[in-house]
Amino acid sequence: MKTYITDIAIIGGGPAGLAAAISAYENGVNVLLIERDFELGGILPQCIHNGFGLGIFDEELTGPEFAQRYINKVIEYKIPIMLNTMVLEIRPNKNILAVNKNEGAILVKPKAIILAMGCRERTRGNIRIPGTRPAGIYTAGLAQRLVNIEGLMPGKKFVILGSGDIGMIMARRLTLEGAEVKAVIEILPYTSGLIRNKVQCLDDFGIPLLLQHTIIEIKGKDRVESVVVSKVDENWEPIKGSEKSFECDTLLLSVGLIPENELSKTAGVELDPKTRGPIINNYFQTNVEGIFACGNVLHVNDLVDNVASEGTLTGEIAAKFIKKIIKIDKNFVQLLCGRNIGYVLPQKVNKTAFKNSVRFYMRVKKPENNVYINFKVNDKLIYKKFERFARPSEMLIIDLPKQDILIDNNILIEVIPKEKKSEN
Amino acid sequence: MSEIVDSKIITCIGCPKGCQVKVSKFKNGNIEAEGYSCKHGKEYAIQEYIDPRRVLTTTIIVKNGILPLIPVRSNQPLPKNKLFECMKEIANIKVPAPIKMGDVLIKNILGLNVDIIASRDLESKIN
Repeated sequence: MKTYITDIAIIGGGPAGLAAAISAYENGVNVLLIERDFELGGILPQCIHNGFGLGIFDEELTGPEFAQRYINKVIEYKIPIMLNTMVLEIRPNKNILAVNKNEGAILVKPKAIILAMGCRERTRGNIRIPGTRPAGIYTAGLAQRLVNIEGLMPGKKFVILGSGDIGMIMARRLTLEGAEVKAVIEILPYTSGLIRNKVQCLDDFGIPLLLQHTIIEIKGKDRVESVVVSKVDENWEPIKGSEKSFECDTLLLSVGLIPENELSKTAGVELDPKTRGPIINNYFQTNVEGIFACGNVLHVNDLVDNVASEGTLTGEIAAKFIKKIIKIDKNFVQLLCGRNIGYVLPQKVNKTAFKNSVRFYMRVKKPENNVYINFKVNDKLIYKKFERFARPSEMLIIDLPKQDILIDNNILIEVIPKEKKSEN
Repeated sequence: MSEIVDSKIITCIGCPKGCQVKVSKFKNGNIEAEGYSCKHGKEYAIQEYIDPRRVLTTTIIVKNGILPLIPVRSNQPLPKNKLFECMKEIANIKVPAPIKMGDVLIKNILGLNVDIIASRDLESKIN
């Protein structure tokens, strides 16, 4: 079996992997970027709409343009890339078993690994919609690939379940391509995507958004013929008598994303049930020494700019880890999720790190306005930050300023409305 | 006070608050907004009332490319009510590979002073 030796192997050539590869290279180590598709870019080549890049480039780019800028850098640096190469297994000793058409099975022996495999879409099976099993049921991302990359229209009359950004963007895209989008159905009382997308993708084209509704049945023998939509109560239970039928030939599902961690598990990487991604410390390192993770494999981000920033940071850290500039000791405190915190990253922080500012990424469970995000140690408030809007669809990034006192116990993060006193 | 001849509710997209801004046009030609919470909301709503524009992103069929389509965008926002007309114009065109990001694929579409440009590089197919 052919064997490759490198400093850092990066698995996944999307925005996280590209940014990590560039930054590791710039920090003076050898990099090998492994990608299963025939080209780099991950999901970005099919995300042809604009709105990317405001955080990093301070201009509005389309997905392909955002990717191209990173790809051009990888080419300029002559970073070794393996395309059409599928990683099958990461062994706990960090050896990577992969296959491709030209070489068959290969073994990559790196000093460190960066996991950048991204995420995948939830499917009909994940959300258990009853009914028949006809053709014409797609995830929104698959439909996006068919329309934007392969030039195929998956249907003529659509209903879209889920008002996340991908679902709304596909509603506009399909309408522009001449299809009819009958409705976007959302189980929550608010859209789970950006207001901008609701206005520019749905309102602009007169596409109805049905909040607090869900699909209770799919009808059709060979092809989808209709879906039955029902209003739901506050417990998401369908309300009898509120059913409406929508005639359609295609149903798109935009019902969430799941970090893709099958490979992480083979390496013995521990996952967080809340993020469904690896548990990491403030160096983006998993429980396995020398295995790092960044981007959507870690937690599902809402902005590609955040994904790429995490990649850049992780590439730098992994390079410094190999060069022994960074030493990671095992003296950690844990981060705990308090009131209305869905998850927080990193899940553990090296005690010495608090001598500098530490960055935390978190998401709330339910929307609230005018809140404080409180950081508490031993019931004592060490930091609070005011947020006008805290929404599950918009990740909060909070820099905890450097601490003069020693943090020697776990940190609880909680969301507290401004009027009320801290409850705990 | 002049008489209101037209009014429209516009959802501001500046921040998650999503203010419902009412823009009214008066008989004397004045345009005024109410219901915004900041100056961005006021500016956005009035601009959106007078001349709503959008960046168009779509694809063009490619001849002899490694992929059948090239993603494209308008190099600046174009009038919202021209989106479908532009889509029809774009549907009639095929462009040959290779293509570089930023290449102008349609110059001055529909005379709107807007160009349609490539969003990525696309190599030719090796036969």
